[in-house]
Amino acid sequence: MEDSKQSNNIRNQFKNLVDIVKVNISDYFMFFALVIIMIIFTITTDGVFISSRNISNLINQMGYIAVLAVGMTLIIVIRHIELSVGYLAGFLGAFAAIAMTFWGWPVYAVIPVVMILGMLAGMLTATPVARLGVPAFVSTMAAGLIYRGALLLVTMGTGTIVIRDPVFNAIGNGFIPDLPLEGLLPGRHKLTLLIGLIAIILSIVTSIKNRKTKLSYNFSVPRTSLFILQLVLVSGLIGYVSWILSGYNGISWSLVILLLVVIVFQFITTKTPLGRHIYAVGGNPEAAELSGISVSKITYIVFAAMGLLSSLSGIMYASRLRSATTTAGLGFETDAIAAAFVGGVSAAGGVGTIIGSIIGALVMMSLTSGMNLMGIDISIQYIVRGAVLVLAVVFDRITRKDK
Amino acid sequence: MQTPILEMKSITKEFPGVRALDNVTFSVRQGEIHCLVGENGAGKSTLVKVLSGVHPYGTYSGEIFIEGELQTFNSIRESEKAGIAIIYQELALIPELSVYENIFLGNEITDGMVIDSNESISQAVDILKKVGLDVNPLTKIKNLGVGKQQLVEIAKALKKDVKILILDEPTAALNENDSDNLLNLIRGLKEQGVTCILISHKLREVLEIADTITVLRDGRTVVTLDAHKDVVNEPVLIKHMVGRSIDNVYPKREKIQPGKEVLRLENWSAFSYNLGRDILKNININVHEGEIVAIAGLMGSGRTELAKSVFGNADGYRLSGKVFINGVEEKFRDPGDAIKASMAYVTEDRKANGLILIDDVKHNISLANLNEIVTGGVINENEEILVANRYREQLDIRTPSIQQKVRNLSGGNQQKVSLGKWLFVHPDILILDEPTRGIDVGAKYEIYTIMNSLVQQGMSILMISSELPEILGMSDRIYVMSAGKINGEMLVEDATQENIMQLAVDY
Ligand SMILES: Nc1ncnc2c1ncn2[C@@H]1O[C@H](COP(=O)(O)OP(=O)(O)OP(=O)(O)O)[C@@H](O)[C@H]1O
Ligand SMILES: [Mg+2]
Repeated sequence: MEDSKQSNNIRNQFKNLVDIVKVNISDYFMFFALVIIMIIFTITTDGVFISSRNISNLINQMGYIAVLAVGMTLIIVIRHIELSVGYLAGFLGAFAAIAMTFWGWPVYAVIPVVMILGMLAGMLTATPVARLGVPAFVSTMAAGLIYRGALLLVTMGTGTIVIRDPVFNAIGNGFIPDLPLEGLLPGRHKLTLLIGLIAIILSIVTSIKNRKTKLSYNFSVPRTSLFILQLVLVSGLIGYVSWILSGYNGISWSLVILLLVVIVFQFITTKTPLGRHIYAVGGNPEAAELSGISVSKITYIVFAAMGLLSSLSGIMYASRLRSATTTAGLGFETDAIAAAFVGGVSAAGGVGTIIGSIIGALVMMSLTSGMNLMGIDISIQYIVRGAVLVLAVVFDRITRKDK
Repeated sequence: MQTPILEMKSITKEFPGVRALDNVTFSVRQGEIHCLVGENGAGKSTLVKVLSGVHPYGTYSGEIFIEGELQTFNSIRESEKAGIAIIYQELALIPELSVYENIFLGNEITDGMVIDSNESISQAVDILKKVGLDVNPLTKIKNLGVGKQQLVEIAKALKKDVKILILDEPTAALNENDSDNLLNLIRGLKEQGVTCILISHKLREVLEIADTITVLRDGRTVVTLDAHKDVVNEPVLIKHMVGRSIDNVYPKREKIQPGKEVLRLENWSAFSYNLGRDILKNININVHEGEIVAIAGLMGSGRTELAKSVFGNADGYRLSGKVFINGVEEKFRDPGDAIKASMAYVTEDRKANGLILIDDVKHNISLANLNEIVTGGVINENEEILVANRYREQLDIRTPSIQQKVRNLSGGNQQKVSLGKWLFVHPDILILDEPTRGIDVGAKYEIYTIMNSLVQQGMSILMISSELPEILGMSDRIYVMSAGKINGEMLVEDATQENIMQLAVDY
């Protein structure tokens, strides 16, 4: 009697678990896909793919697209699109190069000025959209043409502008310094490991704190065993990534910027009223307006954020190349949009996460990097990336269709 | 005994976390009008969606027989072929297309590759005659009132040979006149041999028209009554539906002397750029503390426009006139300003502009007043859960959890979420636009009770309603609108259905 009750109970719990997995499958799928893609490339390249050096490179190459993908996610969440970001990034990179090389501005002035310009540019593009309801497709395409022209104009006399400022160039190529501990763990970047350790401790402490708060509210929490499993998985992941990075030059400045962007935007979108308002506007603009949320204000804010991130992207790219070129930024918008969609945003609005888009960017960048290592021709690479994009979106549609 | 035209046996349908139908058995005789009643979330819509193939074969358990034959519909198309037509709770017409284009949408009459519009139009005329709708088939849907749109829906359903016509709350958005027309039409179809299944929360019309009534509660069949033999009346139905009796659907409230004036409109007019004409003309009304003021009128008389224009004018009309809140003139730039001035507006159309359907219950409830649960710039999600659970309990929102997407709730429960959202704003002036549309009697009673306790605490309510009994049962004072003007004002003691209607139809 007791026994059958208990087995029933277990069966029910299992069923609940299956239900939860079913409901959330689309949320985790891309993460699993990423892991699988990485394992496949690791095998096909005899481990070169997962080597510290390659992963470090991959992250540096991904940085300037990933920051765009973060902004693009929010743009698509509020049912718009932003086609000018690539050219804007290119133009602002050139502006930074000119300011430093020809005008002799100090790098610490150039960077904030460029970021402010980016924000203003975003708000300018947003104006016809927010004020008059002009489709963002048109407004941003027009802006893209203008920035492209402006980029050609400023690089006309000189062609490529070489940047010599070491601080600026470190953004895309440099790494954080190491601790001066010669004897300890030779060949490893100690500060990277230390930061990894701190991150693990922080994540464990906040998880336990959140669980305690939930309990103090008398809310149900996952069982202790599940909770510990979760902690172990997350800690393991952070630890593994830090270990790999420490095998090469450690954490790069690009990664620092990317992490800061992700943390700030993840925080804003999930924890603050502003974030809630952005998703509400995307989910149902009319209901949002009647709830006292100004749709046009949110539109301005999101486009301004996109502009700011475009300026970061432009800085990271120019720094990585140590120069501004006439073709900088070409096609960035496509990569950013692809990353966002692979990461699960919905063009219908209101759906999409920052973390998802970062995973999307990682998937796309892993494909490029892995196929490069395998020596696959660029023509095939395009085809594969196109196929993966469409497959990801199709899968997302199928799993989300809950009718 | 004749085989029933439709038999559904032991139907069970589950969604994650909800058993919407639990072993339901449902049988319909040839040529009858069979009404399906039950509380919000009882499973009525789900049952007919199982029948029509929206939930395909294999996603439910149990068997469906039509004229004795087992059916395994995988899509709406297949059920249509078997002679089943369904009209959903939400209208599904394309506003920018004409009447005839909508009627043949998805089944276009073609001549080779191209649409044969002449043939379509001439057939449309015949069908429109059948449903007694006298409009030009070339009129765009958006230019028709809701009542006529509903008839177009039926015309669309009738274009093929229909054996069973299913209507899910067809009269929820209709006024008395349009409802009566529709009921007459259904009677006419019965004469022509069409079997009808009708879902409705308006018990009066159910009693008027039904041959048989089946009551669902919590996904189970409670009883099937023969309207011609068994004793059926409203109290009996209510008892079966909610499991207890409700003596008076409109709970009594101790009338108090109305307090100070909280809202006054002076010469309030609005011009719509879209329509190119005035939609509100010189409106003068007021509301006092502790008062329920009703605005009666026909569909399209400008009641919703009045509410929206005062509540921050989200539609961007050109306004003139003055609004006074607590005696102070206010100029709201947007709904946010109106909310700050302690107003709230529960919209008429919860799907279009009331709720974020893809988001969950708790986020919807907190949306208009996030400030209250923010500490240090961060939303306190634990507080949010408490708040949402509080309104879930208070309003008896039936949902497996407050994490459920609002889209997955039954219509009536969505309405309660919408109400909860605006109660959380703690307004002084609450504008309710058709507050009980699509809500079951039990829940109506609860909402009325809540309204009563709110005004007793000093809140003021401005209620727009198309249900005259609701207006007469709940309000203290009534304004009647017609064609954008206030046509009359009366105390509830002096009001009757007749004198309200007279003012409402008088232009
Ligand atoms: N797609 C869905 N996903 C999850 N749950 C659902 C879905 N559709 C319906 N439900 C749930 O099934 C139950 C029955 O819903 P249904 O829409 O059939 O109710 P109803 O009787 O038509 O109510 P109402 O009178 O409010 O329209 C409800 O609890 C509802 O939340
Ligand atoms: Mg329903």
